[in-house]
Amino acid sequence: MRAAQDADPLVTAERAERRAVPPALDTMLMIGGLVALWQVGTILLGHEALPSPVATVSKLAGIMADEDFPRHAWETARASLTALVISLVAGLAIGLALGAHRLAGEVAEPMLTALYSIPKITLYPIILLLFGLGISAKIAFGVIHGIIPVILFTMNAVRNICAVYLRSARAMRLTAAQTAGTIIVPAAVPEIVSGFRVGFALTLLGTLIGEMFASQRGIGYMLVKAMETGDTGTVMALALLLVVLATAASAALLALDRRLRRHALAS
Amino acid sequence: MSAEHLCLTGVTRIYPATEGHAAVHALGPIDLSLKPGEFFSVVGPSGCGKSTLLDVIAGLARQSAGTILFEGKPVTGEVPDGIGVVFQEDASFPWLTVFDNAAFALRRAGVPDAEVRERVRHTLAFTGLSSFAQAYPAQLSGGMRQRLCIARTLVTRPRLLLLDEPFGALDQQTRLLMGDELLKLWRETGATVLLITHSLDEAALLSDRIGVMSARPGVFIDLVETGWARERDSRLAAEAGFGVVTGRLWAALRDQSIKALAMAS
Ligand SMILES: Nc1ncnc2c1ncn2[C@@H]1O[C@H](COP(=O)(O)OP(=O)(O)OP(=O)(O)O)[C@@H](O)[C@H]1O
Ligand SMILES: [Mg+2]
Repeated sequence: MRAAQDADPLVTAERAERRAVPPALDTMLMIGGLVALWQVGTILLGHEALPSPVATVSKLAGIMADEDFPRHAWETARASLTALVISLVAGLAIGLALGAHRLAGEVAEPMLTALYSIPKITLYPIILLLFGLGISAKIAFGVIHGIIPVILFTMNAVRNICAVYLRSARAMRLTAAQTAGTIIVPAAVPEIVSGFRVGFALTLLGTLIGEMFASQRGIGYMLVKAMETGDTGTVMALALLLVVLATAASAALLALDRRLRRHALAS
Repeated sequence: MSAEHLCLTGVTRIYPATEGHAAVHALGPIDLSLKPGEFFSVVGPSGCGKSTLLDVIAGLARQSAGTILFEGKPVTGEVPDGIGVVFQEDASFPWLTVFDNAAFALRRAGVPDAEVRERVRHTLAFTGLSSFAQAYPAQLSGGMRQRLCIARTLVTRPRLLLLDEPFGALDQQTRLLMGDELLKLWRETGATVLLITHSLDEAALLSDRIGVMSARPGVFIDLVETGWARERDSRLAAEAGFGVVTGRLWAALRDQSIKALAMAS
């Protein structure tokens, strides 16, 4: 069966097309360009305002070697991962339910969109009142950032599902649970992954902002302390760390997203 | 089994009025009975209610009036066991391979794995998709995807097969060959077939009997018996009788098509 498929001209052509764009090279060029631009900025603005790439990397290495660093990193990782899991799981469940119930979805959508667009920092005092000063406040703040796009993307994916898939489900006499699990969810997966991608970035952002206020631990706290003391070197080093991590995760999700979309592509 | 495999009496379908749209009387009243193993085709102008007819027979939509009996039991808003449907639209699941698409219904129904593999392999061979078993629908042409939808339904061995313009996306030659395959399958399985098509030639070549529908609301204005032998294929097109059948279909359909066009504009 494998051999037969390899010989298949359509499949082979598609593989060749995939190989034609070397993504690694593109990425390298892009990163190289950014670093060069950064170096030019340093020359123009001076080392005080914008530390150079090399200085930033060595500063980052210094920070990471510090005995306090693992504690802070662990705090941020724990808070943002917990917030992420909650955002994804709860967002998915709520999105599926709202997508399935037309009326509930229509009521909820404008509210969610409004909530999505207000600066969530205005809600932080309420969060602090509800959750206190510990890690739960940061998690909650991460969740309110990340969960909304997951809900919105999932809800729309379910709503826009091809009617003929649902008719096929009925023609094959599937139960409601079978229809949800084997048709609605897989059909919605590409959209849901897009929601996860946006949700991931915002959850991380929310958690970090949460750490910047009313917190004594975490990378967000380190950032705010460095800002207060005017330590641009540390600010840049930490920003670099966050950018690299967030970009790597986002790129991985994007690759997954692309793969799923290529399959979904109804040409 | 009763003398009739499928029996419709006074079946109508009215789409109820919605915000800004008046109610649409789409179909009927329709009276029709199909004998077991009959090959029946429906032709009619665009928008006359052919797909609506298929929906109510399959139990995918409820009729507004009348009764539908499949194997003696009334059909009411649920798809009865023994009916297989191929839709007009591409219904292949893009997230599954060709093989998994074809195996989908059997797996949900709990058919043992070995049997699933055997039946899927056989059906894919029959629909000419064997070498694409591991491909995804996005890698197939429109016609191949439609074949996949046919395979997905055939693999469940329906006793009544409802096909809504299944060859609409195919070129004429492939269409003729697929028609031959369909005839072979029909003979092998003994299934009753109801085929909706907009091709008069296709209806004339394949069917025992053809129902010609009027413009909306669709009712049968003529029922044409072809009188073909059960052993037949597309070479029938060369025979004199073929022209007689298509001629009669067009005679009945011409005025209705003009009416449907006027209605649409
Ligand atoms: N959900 C609906 N609500 C209201 N009207 C509908 C609905 N679905 C179909 N109709 C109308 O009912 C009529 C019959 O539609 P149907 O799809 O059965 O036609 P058809 O004969 O299959 O057409 P085609 O040859 O184009 O496939 C059409 O005029 C259509 O506009
Ligand atoms: Mg139709």
